Amino acid sequence: MSEEVLAIRDLRIEFPELFRTVEAVRGADLSVRRGEIMGLVGESGCGKSMTAMACLGLVPPPGRVSGHVSVDGFEVVGRPDRELLPVRGGLAAMIFQNPGKALNPFFTIGRQLTDVIRLHHRHGERESREVALEALRSVHLPDPEIALGRYPHQLSGGQLQRAMIAMALACEPKVLIADEPTTALDVTIQAQVIVLLRELADARGLTILFITHDLGVVGSLCDRVSVMYAGRVVEVGSVRDVLESPAHPYTRKLLATVPKLGDGHSELAFIPGQVPDMAFPPSGCAFHPRCERASPVCTKSDPDGRDLGAMHRVACHHAHGGGETEAPGTANGAPAR
Amino acid sequence: MSTLEADVGGLAPAWTGAHRWKRIRHFVGSHPLFVIGLTVFLVIVVAALAAPWIATHDPLAIKFSEKLQAPSAEHYLGTDSMGRDIFSRVLYGARTSLMVGVVVVGLAIGIGLPMGLLAAYFGGRIDTTMMRIADVFLAFPPLLLPIAITAAIGAGLFHAMVALAISWFPWYARIMRSSVLRVKSELYVSAARAMGVNHTNVMIRHAVPNALTPVVVQGSLDFGYVILAAASLSFIGIGAQPPDIEWGLMAAAERAKFLDFPWTVLCPGLAIFVTVLAVNLVGDGIRDLLDPKHQEFK
Amino acid sequence: MSALLEVRDLDKRYRTRHGVIHAVQGVSFDVREKETVALVGESGCGKSTVALSLLHLIEHDGGRVRFEGAEFDQLKGRREQELRRDLSIVFQNPYSSLNPRMRIKDIVGEPMRTAYGTRGRELVERVREQLEAVGLGPEHLRRFPHEFSGGQRQRIAIARALALEPKLLILDEPTAALDVSVQAQVLNLLRELQRRLGLSYLLISHNLATVESIADRVLVMYFGRIVESGTVSEVFNDPRHPYTRALLDSVPSIDPSQRHRLKPLEGDLPSPLRPPPGCAFAPRCARAAHDCTARPPPLGSIGSREAACYHPLGG
Repeated sequence: MSEEVLAIRDLRIEFPELFRTVEAVRGADLSVRRGEIMGLVGESGCGKSMTAMACLGLVPPPGRVSGHVSVDGFEVVGRPDRELLPVRGGLAAMIFQNPGKALNPFFTIGRQLTDVIRLHHRHGERESREVALEALRSVHLPDPEIALGRYPHQLSGGQLQRAMIAMALACEPKVLIADEPTTALDVTIQAQVIVLLRELADARGLTILFITHDLGVVGSLCDRVSVMYAGRVVEVGSVRDVLESPAHPYTRKLLATVPKLGDGHSELAFIPGQVPDMAFPPSGCAFHPRCERASPVCTKSDPDGRDLGAMHRVACHHAHGGGETEAPGTANGAPAR
Repeated sequence: MSTLEADVGGLAPAWTGAHRWKRIRHFVGSHPLFVIGLTVFLVIVVAALAAPWIATHDPLAIKFSEKLQAPSAEHYLGTDSMGRDIFSRVLYGARTSLMVGVVVVGLAIGIGLPMGLLAAYFGGRIDTTMMRIADVFLAFPPLLLPIAITAAIGAGLFHAMVALAISWFPWYARIMRSSVLRVKSELYVSAARAMGVNHTNVMIRHAVPNALTPVVVQGSLDFGYVILAAASLSFIGIGAQPPDIEWGLMAAAERAKFLDFPWTVLCPGLAIFVTVLAVNLVGDGIRDLLDPKHQEFK
Repeated sequence: MSALLEVRDLDKRYRTRHGVIHAVQGVSFDVREKETVALVGESGCGKSTVALSLLHLIEHDGGRVRFEGAEFDQLKGRREQELRRDLSIVFQNPYSSLNPRMRIKDIVGEPMRTAYGTRGRELVERVREQLEAVGLGPEHLRRFPHEFSGGQRQRIAIARALALEPKLLILDEPTAALDVSVQAQVLNLLRELQRRLGLSYLLISHNLATVESIADRVLVMYFGRIVESGTVSEVFNDPRHPYTRALLDSVPSIDPSQRHRLKPLEGDLPSPLRPPPGCAFAPRCARAAHDCTARPPPLGSIGSREAACYHPLGG
């Protein structure tokens, strides 16, 4: 087993509001090893983006963070901003959903790239320009010399996301945290970004934490996947284990709801009920109000994670075991295909 | 389970009626300055309305035998150079100031809001025309325009109010325009157009209610400045004229005697200060209450 | 089956500071009764422009639109109002399509208020029926949009769109802003409403899986033109246009063993200010030959469907 580059232990993030406290993340554990692409999936409001922000110490005020996040051995939680400089853009870099909004429209791509490089390294102007060019080449941006002089609005969405990735990788981070970087892109561009990230992980040993709600992207890109629900990781395992034999009832339902190409006009399965209000999370297992396997114990105690096999863990009192032959799609009334 | 029964369950508890009331209560608790400002403002409003019953003397009664008396049990705040009771005059002066605030802000919004609305909603030539008109008025230094207008149409409280409203409305036109521009891009406006709602109804039912918040906030903040500006105009002699009872005018009339008989100037001056401060505190509070972005966390 | 909506040679140009952008060029299609036609393509391909010009939310520059046999563009006043009731739209984002300061009864009631002048008790009664049709109880009548989840909001938007009993509903990315678990509910609801009310849908979407799950026919748009059309199963299982193929190959599969099949399309969309002279897809197309760059290929029949390509696949 290779070393752990990103380790999150019992992460808790709370947002005190006027009369209530929203518990965005409630004891999440996550571990990403070197050169691995870890997918973090869940529905909106499950805490996946906040988990990503916490990796760089970017949880916005008034959020309160506790627990441990270590990036390549560097503890992030509880550090003031000035001590986090080596992490932000150095050890870890982040790319966002909307590349157009993450770049400053008033400066050229080259200027913004070299600024980032010079923030972390003592490079001269020419040297940092060389590094910037190399970064743009590594993400296969066409005509990198010309692109350096371009302003963000002169590039297309796909080119912008490539430029963002180049900027993130310019300082050779250990971990790339990608928060829904393909959600705002068209499918053809999304496919380009997926292939690019795969290549970067394979060629450079880059570690990626990839946050998404799209299970198709997970299936096509990730090595392992963590499924988040109501601020906790409820299942983690290799992409094959989790997507092909999901053990947590939530993962099963989530998989069944995804319309897949080739399914035709079949009636779609759905998850009854709603995502819980995180100011008042349900007692016990947060999924029990929507779970058909729920029993009295589920309303009382929040299940701990348990191992199902090599690296496949699930937090459920009544997890679907390996012995069952039930296909994922038929578990919740969806017609068998 | 049928599709139709799903997903209609519980609402987030934060939005039930009890919570809304709690939210307001909490807001009040966490904004002590707002509460102080509001209390003072309400006291001023009550005092202004009840002036005839609270006043100890006729504010206009001239009694040279009692002129320039220091504050005493008979005259709580002393008398001015014509022997008029300053306490009573300050009370009646509150009526003038509050009326000025309401009328000027009301007039300015009354002119600026439709201009901004039409400019933003229809855009193009209407927009350019309306906004250039507004820009012309904005090009003058703040207090110079009302001075020039009153100089042209003659001094007097009413003329001063009109002049202030004219110099103030472009701000509302601009605020309303940018606010409506934001609302115009919302899909519910397109949705309403798509189902055949006419422009007038789209503006009244969709654009105005959603664009109003910044205008209300600005209006509540301006209320104090308007009172101050009106007092300034009166102080330099082109606002309220005797026998109007106005704080700025009261201070101006006695200013030569300030060093020897300080209460004659200090009392109306303090009245202006306290009122404007209270109104501004209330305005800040309203901004925080209406704009969730400003809500503080504890 | 007769065509409910006939669109012929629809054209739309935008004049910008830098030149004219030809957003929609010669788009023709029919939507028949009780049928779902999907318009797919990537952002900027002109699919939303088509939808908005059908609703007269923007004016088009050429072509004609016939709705229920009448020339839609030439209708004025009363007749246009009447016809408009048969055509309605559900927008992509239910967070923006509902006025936050109106109660649900006013939002859903607005079309009836506007079209028939219905007021008071009768209006509330009608709104109650509409909400029931999309699975929402009367307890929601006096609530505001912020009290609802995304899926519920989209139900409210659908109830509003159905208030005047339209025949054709334009669905502009109706599930794009929703979580997957809720998407399924909204798609199922749309399907059930179609069965029950005999509706026709024009679905605008970039999500091919969504399209496959509810559409009968599909039109693939690229750079302002329709490049391929046919039934969903024909087009998705056996695409003729290389762009359709590329689009299908770009959809990531949930099955990790299918990972190798993901083939990204190289390059970017051409600049709309300097369109390529021939087929707009030629610069990114592996099959492009000399004739492709000469002039744009017309939409030609290939069996039971149409494709605009000089060198179609599988032929």
